[in-house]
Amino acid sequence: MQEDLLIVRNVIKQYGDYKALNNVNISVPRGSIYGLLGPNGAGKTTLMRIINQITAPDSGELIFDGEKLQKNHITDIGYMPEERGLYKKMKVGEQALYLAQLKGMSYNEALKKLKYWFEKLNIINWWNKKIEELSKGMAQKIQFVVTIIHDPKLLIFDEPFSGFDPINAAIMRKEILNLSKKGATIIFSTHRMESVEEICDHIALINKSKTILEGTIESIKSQFSNNNYEVITKNSELENTDLYDIISNKEGLSHILLKKGVRGKDALDYINTNYEVISFKKETPTMEEIFIKAVKNA
Amino acid sequence: MHKIWLVIRREYLVRVKKKSFIVMTILGPLLMAALMIAPIYLANENQEERLIAVNQQSDFLLEDTELLHFTSIPELEVINLRKDFSLSPYYALLYIEKGKFTLYSNQQISLSVSRDIQRQIEQIVEINNLKEAGIDPQIIENAKTEIEITTRLIEKDGSSTNSHSEASMGIGFISGILIYIFIFMYGTMVMRGVIEEKANRIVEIIISSLKPFQLMMGKILGVAAVGLTQFILWIILTIIISTIAELTFLDTSIMTNEISANEQSVILAQLANITGGINLTQILLSFIFYFLAGYLMYSSLFAAVGSAVDAEADTQQFILPITIPLILSFILIQPIMDSPNGTLAFWMSIIPFTSPVIMMVRLPFGVPSWELLLSMGVLVCTFIATTWLAGRIYRTGILMYGKKPSYKELWKWLRY
Repeated sequence: MQEDLLIVRNVIKQYGDYKALNNVNISVPRGSIYGLLGPNGAGKTTLMRIINQITAPDSGELIFDGEKLQKNHITDIGYMPEERGLYKKMKVGEQALYLAQLKGMSYNEALKKLKYWFEKLNIINWWNKKIEELSKGMAQKIQFVVTIIHDPKLLIFDEPFSGFDPINAAIMRKEILNLSKKGATIIFSTHRMESVEEICDHIALINKSKTILEGTIESIKSQFSNNNYEVITKNSELENTDLYDIISNKEGLSHILLKKGVRGKDALDYINTNYEVISFKKETPTMEEIFIKAVKNA
Repeated sequence: MHKIWLVIRREYLVRVKKKSFIVMTILGPLLMAALMIAPIYLANENQEERLIAVNQQSDFLLEDTELLHFTSIPELEVINLRKDFSLSPYYALLYIEKGKFTLYSNQQISLSVSRDIQRQIEQIVEINNLKEAGIDPQIIENAKTEIEITTRLIEKDGSSTNSHSEASMGIGFISGILIYIFIFMYGTMVMRGVIEEKANRIVEIIISSLKPFQLMMGKILGVAAVGLTQFILWIILTIIISTIAELTFLDTSIMTNEISANEQSVILAQLANITGGINLTQILLSFIFYFLAGYLMYSSLFAAVGSAVDAEADTQQFILPITIPLILSFILIQPIMDSPNGTLAFWMSIIPFTSPVIMMVRLPFGVPSWELLLSMGVLVCTFIATTWLAGRIYRTGILMYGKKPSYKELWKWLRY
């Protein structure tokens, strides 16, 4: 079994003169929760549509589960687009059955699983209601159920928590993590960085139709950590040396930037011999800072 | 294939279960019956007797008819009458002066009244003119004749059958109009369905499970099934209603009009004879073919329009070029019936955008088989082409939101 469930290689998609995707490469490891990040208009939605075979790429290849991506893989993928909706005039149950059957499930199988999920999420009494009678948050829950109902190997969520109230968002997050534990691979597309850090273990950053970053959260963070340290000393304040520059200095709490070629250990040794150190900590940038920096540099 | 079937089923069931469908299915034949009965009923009911004043100066002696009574009034009274006409018992005043005829009234004079009076005056003037020329009007009267021409169609084996242009016109007209209405009604139904899916934003979820073309075809075929269901139900209901009407209405009207049972059977025999020369099976089968093929061609275009816009209000500019040939064929029904085998009729029944309506109008008059087959063949090829074209616009259009597309934009989508 291959380690990566999905590999996107050199994908190009052009609309007229506009290149929506320009040589995009990503590898989504099996069982990972993979964050697809990027500013609006970067090409995330186009990439997700290509993975779902809604549109075809102009060139490049996609490997899914060790095979070239093809039509029958549709049943192995669950997709919740950002622009989502349901038939307003159709009853919840009928509609969920219809969508599940479109994903290749048999009627009986779909009915059984839907009942299970509706019970689990406590929405079984909506079965015979029309969507127009439900609130937006309620409709989102149904949306979630129909996305995952066919037990896909790969789940793709585009901005999954937009529109959910905090309580329902928490429930959804729990269910998504559960699915991940059961072995599903999950791709998240979002521009909300805080949810990325909480949930994802891998990310790719797409900007202006290109992948500009890809890897595990830790590797990316260390790649972007730029020798900033937070030092707390007792009684005396740090003074400039040729090892580091002081960025800020206030009542024993200092932020320092090591000079080129200086290792953290050297700085600590120096400070430790000259001052009374309470704490010495490498500052890691937040995903948001990385995001902004990477987009600026690109 | 299984997925298209699921889509067809959904599109069909959702529409057939709608209240508006059930109401239309029941009301349709009732309305049709009412439309046919109402004019007859109104024509009989609305005939009140009317009193018409005529100024005495005139030397015209107008004869009273069943509904019009003429009274001469002295010239002096005319002015008084015109002052307070509404108080007088007269419906109208006919004022005649030096060969000029004017009808005065305080209300709109009904067309039939003025026509009746005109006819009488014309007759009187005619007779006077004849007398002045020294011709006895009786001679003219005797010379008048009325003959009837029987039209018969020569068959290949030399025998002949009755041809009945009135019945042909009736059947041609009704089937032409029906095709027009069906294509329009169900074509726009497809368009609204596409817009609904796009506006609801469910379309992206669905096409992550099947191809856009499958969704489009499923919708088109599902709605076609709805149309056929309605058509068949209308036929059945019309038969039931007309049978009931015949049993209740006709009996009493026969009694009052004192038509004997003998005459009734003559009428029935004539009715059977009228339709005798027309190939009804061919017409019915062709009707179903032209309905389906014409509908498939137009509805795919309607679907493409629906996919290109965000809301129904934006459809106008794209709908116009689609509906123009349809409306044109509707307008041409009358001229085509006048010369059902002319050049215009021929080309209009071959060109696929007008052929569904026009061929149905022509068929009862008899159309050579090769023309019919050519027309059908062209139509089938065109609908394959339009569904292909529409499919390409559709798959791009349904995912485009926000901006109103132009024709240039649609052309670009075609080539993506």
